[in-house]
Amino acid sequence: MKITADTTVCIGAGMCALTVPEVFDQSEDEGTVVLLREVPEEGQEEAVRRAVSLCPSGAISVS
Amino acid sequence: MSDLTFPIARQQPFDPPEEATALRQQGAMHRLTFADGHLGWLVTGYSAARSILADPRFSNRPERLHPVVPARMQLQRDVPPGFFLRMDAPEHTRYRKLLMGQFTVRRMKALEPRIEEITHSCLDALQAAGPPADLVESFALPIPSLVICELLGVPYEDRVEFQEATKILVNLETKADDALAAFSRIGAYLSELIGRKRSEPADDLLSGLVEDLNHEELTGVAFLLLLAGHETTANMLGLGTYALLTNPGQLAAMRDDPSVVENGVEELLRYLTIIHLGPVRSALEDVEVEGHLVRAGESIALHLPTVNRDPSRFQDADRLDLQRPAGGHLTFGHGIHQCLGQQLARAEMRIAYPALLRRLPGLRLAVSPEEVPMRSDMSIYGVHRLPVTW
Repeated sequence: MKITADTTVCIGAGMCALTVPEVFDQSEDEGTVVLLREVPEEGQEEAVRRAVSLCPSGAISVS
Repeated sequence: MSDLTFPIARQQPFDPPEEATALRQQGAMHRLTFADGHLGWLVTGYSAARSILADPRFSNRPERLHPVVPARMQLQRDVPPGFFLRMDAPEHTRYRKLLMGQFTVRRMKALEPRIEEITHSCLDALQAAGPPADLVESFALPIPSLVICELLGVPYEDRVEFQEATKILVNLETKADDALAAFSRIGAYLSELIGRKRSEPADDLLSGLVEDLNHEELTGVAFLLLLAGHETTANMLGLGTYALLTNPGQLAAMRDDPSVVENGVEELLRYLTIIHLGPVRSALEDVEVEGHLVRAGESIALHLPTVNRDPSRFQDADRLDLQRPAGGHLTFGHGIHQCLGQQLARAEMRIAYPALLRRLPGLRLAVSPEEVPMRSDMSIYGVHRLPVTW
């Protein structure tokens, strides 16, 4: 699994950082998504998919 | 024409109107007559509601929207500068980008110790005054009010003026002239406050924006954030406490099991869905939604309390169960307008519910449940008062 994030559509709702803080953070000034890792560790994949489904703006996706 | 008008009247305090539930059982999309006679749509299904909220072909600009109830007609006009909730992208984007760094998960976490202090000082005062008490006045309203005032840099002693005017503004019975007068009063107060932030900036959110926004824009932003910070969490704390008091098993879980709290807050948000009169959107072009053609210019009202009880999304949806997977509810909205302050609201609720229940283990209603006055007449649902004893 590889995660991509698009900060141009991110609206800083924080659902990703709330759901998987090990993988997603928010930038201090902008509030937009920051990827802490592009490839989740084993055991994080389901939570990453949940974060993708909770994102209100479609800013994160997995392939 | 359609005989259907927006369902508001409830038979049970926590459940959506039976009429809306019956409609959802027939389908997700219904023709709806709006308060001004416009023929549009009502959405009662989860997946349709979610896709509409995320779709840029639907506008949130007030001049395009038709009102679901008569009282909203007077407020559906031009967007004041800074009221970015009612703007579309890219106009909306500029404001949202300026603000979203202030409401991140991490920033709200850093605020938690202060929210705890505020909560405990409210509980100290409540205990010192002794039973009985109205929990709206002594708990549900002051906690979010103190927090948002401090965050924005609004002197808390000015809140009475603001709260009185807000009450008039969100009451559906308020006449147009009175609503406009209340709107102007708050605007005048905030305009003066922003003037002071400009001349004597302090370490608060509004002072931090004086370089980025002009006077009118910042006044509008302050108005929106103050309104949103008061009315929403306050009603969740009041209505949520009432719901827990009538569900003793769930109350005990919230009080005694810290591992339940985070998800329990999501479930209360889903189950209670205090946003009960919309949101409404307007199609900018013809859009097909689940087999129905919504034509350009038609308004579409989402019945969120019913949407969040859709059994195709939430199993046994009519039951309050603090341990169910409740994520994905649409109470904070979805798409670009999803609530900016949602992480603040979560932090406040995660702290306030258990703190109240632990401090007053004997907490119970001081009136019979049917005597609790419900806010069916307000733009945000909740309780007017919550008389309790312990």
